[in-house]
Amino acid sequence: MNMVALRMLMGDKLKFIGLVAGLAFATLLITQQASILVGMAKQTQTFIDETRAAGGPDLWVMDPQVEFSEDAKPLSDTALYRVRGIEGVEWGVPLYKGWLKGRLPDGTLLTVIIVGVDDATLIGAPTEVRAPARVEDLRRDRAIFVEERDLGTKFQMSRLKSGPRALRIGDSLSINDVEVTVVGTHRQSPSFFWDPVIYTTYSRALRMAPPERRLMNFVLAKVKPGYAIEDVKLRIERATGLVARGNDEFKRVTSGYILEKTGILINFGMAVALGLVIGLLVAAQTLYNFTLDNLRHFGALKAMGAGNTRLIRMMLVQVGAVGAIGYGIGLGAACIMGRIIAKTDLAFIMDWQVPALAAVALTGILIISGALSLTRVLRLEPAIVFRT
Amino acid sequence: MLLTNHTTSSHRAPPSQGLAVHCRGVVKTYQTASTKVVALRGVDLDIHLGELMMLVGPSGCGKTTLISVIAGILNRDEGDCTVFGQDLDRISTRERTRFRGQNVGFVFQQFNLLPALTAAQNVSVPLLINGARESHAVKQARDMLARVGLGDRTHSYPRELSGGQQQRVAIARALIHQPRLIVCDEPTSALDHDTGHVILRMLKNVALDDKKALVIVTHDSRIFGFADRIARMDDGHISDITSPATEPAASAH
Repeated sequence: MNMVALRMLMGDKLKFIGLVAGLAFATLLITQQASILVGMAKQTQTFIDETRAAGGPDLWVMDPQVEFSEDAKPLSDTALYRVRGIEGVEWGVPLYKGWLKGRLPDGTLLTVIIVGVDDATLIGAPTEVRAPARVEDLRRDRAIFVEERDLGTKFQMSRLKSGPRALRIGDSLSINDVEVTVVGTHRQSPSFFWDPVIYTTYSRALRMAPPERRLMNFVLAKVKPGYAIEDVKLRIERATGLVARGNDEFKRVTSGYILEKTGILINFGMAVALGLVIGLLVAAQTLYNFTLDNLRHFGALKAMGAGNTRLIRMMLVQVGAVGAIGYGIGLGAACIMGRIIAKTDLAFIMDWQVPALAAVALTGILIISGALSLTRVLRLEPAIVFRT
Repeated sequence: MLLTNHTTSSHRAPPSQGLAVHCRGVVKTYQTASTKVVALRGVDLDIHLGELMMLVGPSGCGKTTLISVIAGILNRDEGDCTVFGQDLDRISTRERTRFRGQNVGFVFQQFNLLPALTAAQNVSVPLLINGARESHAVKQARDMLARVGLGDRTHSYPRELSGGQQQRVAIARALIHQPRLIVCDEPTSALDHDTGHVILRMLKNVALDDKKALVIVTHDSRIFGFADRIARMDDGHISDITSPATEPAASAH
């Protein structure tokens, strides 16, 4: 009878296509929006990921009021020495991060994110430095690194007398009236924050920063082998009164803060909910109409000896088939969109949880839609077949 | 109540003495929020094995309700009714459904063929309901379609068939699982005169033997001649039972 159920379903091509299209659209909307949300969440963590890759700190020590990775709350310089002195800390290095004003050679003013890494060890410097530059070039006089793709985009100069052109290696910029020179470029994953990131040494970054008593933002610390990160974290917190966060914890805190405070979570949540509602409405209405149109046939099947269990199985087959096809098409379309988006800086990451979420949502839609139709079929009197 | 079974004894003897259906004092009432309609007011009826019984009467007289009760798709409110010795109101819904699937064949006025299935697939449905494999069921369905003269239309969809051909498919579907009781509701009402006669002749030849019974609800007096007995209903009663020889339209046979 399963084949009978499928033929019944596909016999009404318009309704079948409508059902599949509705479910595919719902799947597409849910997976696409959820993937963008996951992508954005990951992009908020770019700086932590890049820094972790560049030297591998186990702990980020920061002011207790810091709520995300770009939240520059200054620490006393003594914090660095206190962290270094705690049992279980292999090394501790300072990190500066701050938004500063920059001026391009053509006079264009822009806001840049300055990252100042430890002069001696260069821990925190970008890992993917583009040849011929080497990471050690950061120690050269007035040296800065910029992101390779930013040269012709965020650093594009359009007011030069010689005509518009991209920033180049060797060009000089002014950051807070401190002259710096681009000595190399690096590549890094797209970040949630639009402003271009400039890497330099910690001491040079302090010269660029506005004069304040406290300028260091983070102490990056490595835990000695044989010590538990959690134990050292607690020791640091107890000894300094600061907060020490592991990489994953800091990523989680950063994503949570940004997604929540910017309203992104609510907006994308609403888009996902909209996908659910649209899918539910389309599927429920079409499936119910399909059932109503076939009520006489279900009645005839009942009269001929098909019991409720068999009819439930038939409807499960029908609902399962449209669900699987709609889900497949919607997921396929989302993957295609993802491939296209992947060529840009836009956020789109489809972890396994995203299709799983869509599958759960679609199952919910189908259960509700199917239940409405099934109720009608189960209540159906087989005697309906003798009424004209 | 106007009729009891003793009135039937004066009519033409049924082809077989075994009883397929035995109903006494059957009452059925439809209740809605504001109205109460008594569809059957104490019906007595016996249908014998090997017999073609026609139920005739004006619209709303209870014919359809009666065959619905006999076929086990509607519960009666009062009275007794057994089909092949089985009281269908005294068994569970599941058992009644299974009983119908194995023992009752249906021919509907509007054919009720599934539009998405071919003729052979439609005919195979009762076998599938009874658990047969699809390949086996479709093969048997093709044979059955050949018996009703549609051996060359097994792959046709209902929309590709004429009314008469669709009714033949419906008859093949009603017979394929060898039911002992075949219930037909206005089987010729959607057909022209000649086609109606062909269908009735075929139905009687293919469906009826001394182990089966055939009940036909009809308005069509031109087919009365095919009946062994005709039960006339009026206002929820069987008013009389006659043999076709006494019916004015019997000569049509």
